[in-house]
Amino acid sequence: MNTIMKAIPTICLIIGAITISFAQNKGEQIVEAYDEAYTGWENYTSTSVMTLTNQHGQESQRKLKGKNLEQLEDGDKSMIIFQTPNDVKGTAVLTFTHKEGPDDQWLYLPSIKRVKRIASNNKSGPFVGSEFAYEDLSSQEIEKYTYDYVKSDEFNGNSCEVVLRDPVDPKSGYKYMHVWYNPSKNYRIEKIVFYDRKGSKFKTLLYKKYGLFKEKYYYPGILEMTNHQSSKKTTIEFTNYTFDAGLTDTDFNQARLKNAR
Amino acid sequence: MSYRKYPIFFITVLLHTIALGQEDTEEQNVFYDFSAELSTDHTYYIEEGLYTNQQRYFASIAFEPEFSMDWNDGNERLVGNLFGRLNTHDENRTHWDIRELYYQLLQNNWELSIGLKEIYWGTTESIHLVNVINQTDFVESFDGEKKLGQPMVHFTYLANFGNFDLFAMPYHRQRTFPDEEGRFRFPLVIEDNDIIYESGAEEYRLDWAVRWSHSFGVFDVGVSHFWGNNREPLFTIDNVGKLRQFYEVMHQTGIDGQATINSWLLKLEATRRETTSDTFIAFDAGFEYTFGNVNGKGLDIGVLTEYLYDDRGNRTTTGFQNDLFFGSRIALNDNEDTSILLGGIVDLENSGKLYSIEAERRFFNNWKANLEVRALSDFDQTELFYAFRQDTFIKLTLGYFF
Repeated sequence: MNTIMKAIPTICLIIGAITISFAQNKGEQIVEAYDEAYTGWENYTSTSVMTLTNQHGQESQRKLKGKNLEQLEDGDKSMIIFQTPNDVKGTAVLTFTHKEGPDDQWLYLPSIKRVKRIASNNKSGPFVGSEFAYEDLSSQEIEKYTYDYVKSDEFNGNSCEVVLRDPVDPKSGYKYMHVWYNPSKNYRIEKIVFYDRKGSKFKTLLYKKYGLFKEKYYYPGILEMTNHQSSKKTTIEFTNYTFDAGLTDTDFNQARLKNAR
Repeated sequence: MSYRKYPIFFITVLLHTIALGQEDTEEQNVFYDFSAELSTDHTYYIEEGLYTNQQRYFASIAFEPEFSMDWNDGNERLVGNLFGRLNTHDENRTHWDIRELYYQLLQNNWELSIGLKEIYWGTTESIHLVNVINQTDFVESFDGEKKLGQPMVHFTYLANFGNFDLFAMPYHRQRTFPDEEGRFRFPLVIEDNDIIYESGAEEYRLDWAVRWSHSFGVFDVGVSHFWGNNREPLFTIDNVGKLRQFYEVMHQTGIDGQATINSWLLKLEATRRETTSDTFIAFDAGFEYTFGNVNGKGLDIGVLTEYLYDDRGNRTTTGFQNDLFFGSRIALNDNEDTSILLGGIVDLENSGKLYSIEAERRFFNNWKANLEVRALSDFDQTELFYAFRQDTFIKLTLGYFF
């Protein structure tokens, strides 16, 4: 009897540990399924319009072009080219994402034809005055977070799996975020709720108007980010995606920033 | 105008190349793009000029249209960027230029451009030692960042072990300088005519440059060599007392590098220049550290320090032989892209100090305001900037972009 009584806390601990490790595994399994579903897209270009709305409802817009190249060994490569506002037209940002450590990033300033390597670790700052931080727009490599399963949840008529993502980088602007994955649609993301460093609800990102490309890849038509603390909003509307755009590594050479269009 | 001697053959070659390129493009899409900036600037000097006829207030308007067209799936392009300014008083600042006008062929691992181009090399912020391809449009920019279009044939090869650039430049542009009414001049006005060249071919000497640049890990490096007419003139007083520009032939080897380690940018530019009159080394080494998003709303505060050295000592033509630059870059990362760059260069041997403020902000989507202040203080007679010691100015620019 005594031995059994003594054993109970140990058994509880073991069961608890099994439950926790099972929960972790489930979160990781979902994210791995997502990563698997988004492998093999190879390359694409996009055009988009970013609309910034301030707390008074005033709007301003930026037109962007994007080029993306999948990398299997390391993180993906991307280029963002500004078409408006007119005074920054031609400005371009080249990013080499890395699975571990800071990304490599270069900025092209068309007024003086200068390519500048810039520090990429300031990821919590806003991207061109928007509600998107740099880290929200960079390639979401699986190694950049740790994962915990939270719950199943109905969202917009879809049964989703909610996973907590905890950024590995201490410079992230977030303590954690909750991500709604939709297993019935190849694990596409429906919603992300961000919590700031203090753990307060910070921003919500909705993925809308998904399109299906190359028969298996879901890409959103609209990204809508609402900042709950400032009441500002930024939407990115993708007006075009072109997959199999023929992009190669040399299209992401620093020299090609100067003639990006 | 400075274009009267412009080599017309170069433009002819350019147009001919374009005509050839267009023959087989009938069925393909051609994309056109046009944009322009119309701006006005107002410059006020807080002290009277040291020399006869120098003015205190200048106003001007400038127009800078840009166009590009591309075809053949974006692999062939024609790019143009023109510039013109009308200025009160200083007639030399009333000028126009073809900043860029070139045809470009882009292939998977090489590029070829023919025409007038602007090329930027380097990493540092306070001075730009290795950046020698283009002539400086000195009447446009105190910091030398505005350049005149350089005619060239430019070939780039993209390899796994870096990018290789080769430049052949058939024509030399002379630097622009203020006239009698302008500021930042010497007691004698620099003559625009009767330029003296060391080379017998004068401005038609064929100049060459090569560069290798590469990024690996945290490093970005470039090594370059330039052989041709110096972009920086020497000055001689001729027998009738005129201050004339003299351009020597130079060999300049340059190294530029940056290490990007978390919030640190470690920067270096170093050059060795050899001319008939002088051989010297110069370098600019320093760092930039950014405190990112300090207020949680996107405010970035960068601090910069660079040490400037030139072994010509007081014979330096840049004015910086043993100087320390310190500065701060403040970016709000707001809807208006508001940014401020504060800086100062202190001479460690002499007493001279140069301070600057550059601020900019967009408004109403298509407008932009710039403020520039350059203050000179305590320069003594041995220093180059002594001649400009009363040229502290405030300049406001308003631009409309369409």
